Amino acid sequence: MSVTLLLVILMGVMYSSGVYLMLERSMTRVVLGFLLVGNATNILILVMGGGRGIAPILGDGASVEDFNDPLPQAFILTAIVITFGVSAFLLALIYRSWRLSRADELEDDPEDLAIAERDAAVEEELQHPDPHDTEVDHLDELSAAQELGEKGEEE
Amino acid sequence: MTALIPLVVMLPLIGAAGALIAGKRQRLQVIVTVVALVAVMVVSIVLLIDVDATGALVMEVGGWAAPVGIVLVVDRLSALMLIVSAAVLLAVLLFSVGQGMADGDSETPVSIYHPTYMVLAAGVFNAFIAGDLFNLYIGFEILLVASYVLMTMGGTGPRIRAGVTYIVVSLVSSLLFLASIAMIYGALGTVNIAQISVRMAEIHPSVQLTLHVMLLIAFGIKAAIFPLSFWLPDSYPTAPAPVTAVFAGLLTKVGVYAIIRTETILFPGNALGDALLVVALLTMVVGILGAVAQADIKRLLSFTLVSHIGYMIFGIAMGTVAGLSATIFYIVHHIVVQTTLFLTAGLIERQSGSTSINRIGGLLAAAPVIAVLYFIPALNLGGIPPFSGFIGKLALFNAGAEQPSWLVYAVIGAGALTSLLTLYALARVWNMAFWRPADEVEQYESALLDQLTEAPGENNDSEGKSSPTLMIAATAGMVAISVALTVFAGPLYALSSRAGENLNGPSNYVDLVFPEGVE
Repeated sequence: MSVTLLLVILMGVMYSSGVYLMLERSMTRVVLGFLLVGNATNILILVMGGGRGIAPILGDGASVEDFNDPLPQAFILTAIVITFGVSAFLLALIYRSWRLSRADELEDDPEDLAIAERDAAVEEELQHPDPHDTEVDHLDELSAAQELGEKGEEE
Repeated sequence: MTALIPLVVMLPLIGAAGALIAGKRQRLQVIVTVVALVAVMVVSIVLLIDVDATGALVMEVGGWAAPVGIVLVVDRLSALMLIVSAAVLLAVLLFSVGQGMADGDSETPVSIYHPTYMVLAAGVFNAFIAGDLFNLYIGFEILLVASYVLMTMGGTGPRIRAGVTYIVVSLVSSLLFLASIAMIYGALGTVNIAQISVRMAEIHPSVQLTLHVMLLIAFGIKAAIFPLSFWLPDSYPTAPAPVTAVFAGLLTKVGVYAIIRTETILFPGNALGDALLVVALLTMVVGILGAVAQADIKRLLSFTLVSHIGYMIFGIAMGTVAGLSATIFYIVHHIVVQTTLFLTAGLIERQSGSTSINRIGGLLAAAPVIAVLYFIPALNLGGIPPFSGFIGKLALFNAGAEQPSWLVYAVIGAGALTSLLTLYALARVWNMAFWRPADEVEQYESALLDQLTEAPGENNDSEGKSSPTLMIAATAGMVAISVALTVFAGPLYALSSRAGENLNGPSNYVDLVFPEGVE
């Protein structure tokens, strides 16, 4: 039994476009990507089950080799149900997110933003040190950083 | 006796259905779920006693023999995991009942919470008894889908944001797992774990390696192993306290359990042992460095969770009976202690309205009971003798010293360092939140602390509430279990060793499923 090349190519295309979409920030695209990757996996299971054959049990006098393998199809059915349920949940989640923020895009992580802002602030202070600015909370830290910077320059 | 095995999955599912029907009647819902979990607990105790005497139990579902039908396998490792999970699930359920009744359920709609929680329990139990790779996948999916709902419960902004990260990462890992199952079926023509183990030797080593790596990546995401651990500290802290506690205790351990099965039965021979050692080292060190930098107790605990997964991977990576026994003991210890600490964090949040150690102080005077409930598991996690954390780490290091190589010694060193840093991070929480007088909180300023980040979305609504007795009692129960693990460490370690013996080579497992040999 041979495997259809067309299915393999289709699977590859679906995997690559699905992964591309899942890397997007827009949550709707993430869901579309998930559907593509999920169905590509289903095709992978189908391909792994072997090539074409007649339906099992029903073959009149057919030999075992002529039958299609039914087990992967049972796997696919289960996987389809799971994918369906999860996509429904994801859509509800997107809708909720839309209601909350009026945006489809995944928000930035507040922790990441805080770190980025802190680094930017320190950088800013380092490049334009203001000798009259005494209000800075992290004065110790800034002067330490400045010393480090000066050392670096000396070297 | 084998008839009892499906009960551990059936009972929580029946409980979920009952809780859903009970819907609006809260008290009835609570009774149904508690009864179901207590019943599972009794069943797992009976199973453990029986399995420890006879070695293992195998159930052929529907009466179909092994390669054709689905098998459920309970050996000592499974039984031990079942019993610990049931205990943890029950304690956290009682905690959440106490919290829900006191809070008026503004954030956790009770009519959904209980059924979902029971479905999560069914998924966890199913994963522990699966003797079939596809059934294991189903167990994972059941618990993951339930966890998506619990994670985003209430639908507030931060929870949705954290939930999206968590869900997308989990979906990727599930799809990877499904793709590996497909490839294993393509290569070997079976998904029965025992039969895979027998046929694996027949295929080319490079194909074996591909399948091995794919499964490890899929399970590694679930177990939160560095570098696949980034999602955990971002998503866990935003969920409600009891949900975080049960996720932290159980979900990552299901991943670790799957890795144990992968390494001992599917791919024996420890082909990736060295790679796993490196990963274990990095998981420990990177995780704990993250914890040291946190000012929020829940985030800090999430990072310690990641870092301590490293110890378990270390034991698995050694691939010896001693290493596996120590890992099993460590898993039991860590499930209990990590859950307890998250429950205590929930108590702290209720008591002081915040989990940021910059904002709270004087808890020792205000709530001495919570202080005790924090102090004992904190010392335990940090590995202070004589607690079970110390025993587990010592057993791991001992197992490492039995097969000396520079890599193993490096991991042992990293493990000791991680242990110290865990103690440092937890002691800082103690100093700031409990030891420091409350009136210092306003004045206290430090450049270092200003830099530390706080978890998003904390609310100060619940400031100054005292905690309901049931919440305290549930947490105290967990602390009591963790102390009992120390007191009865001898028998428990003996049991872990017997469980580790069972995992010595795949032949034990294969003989269980195919007593008359494989054709």
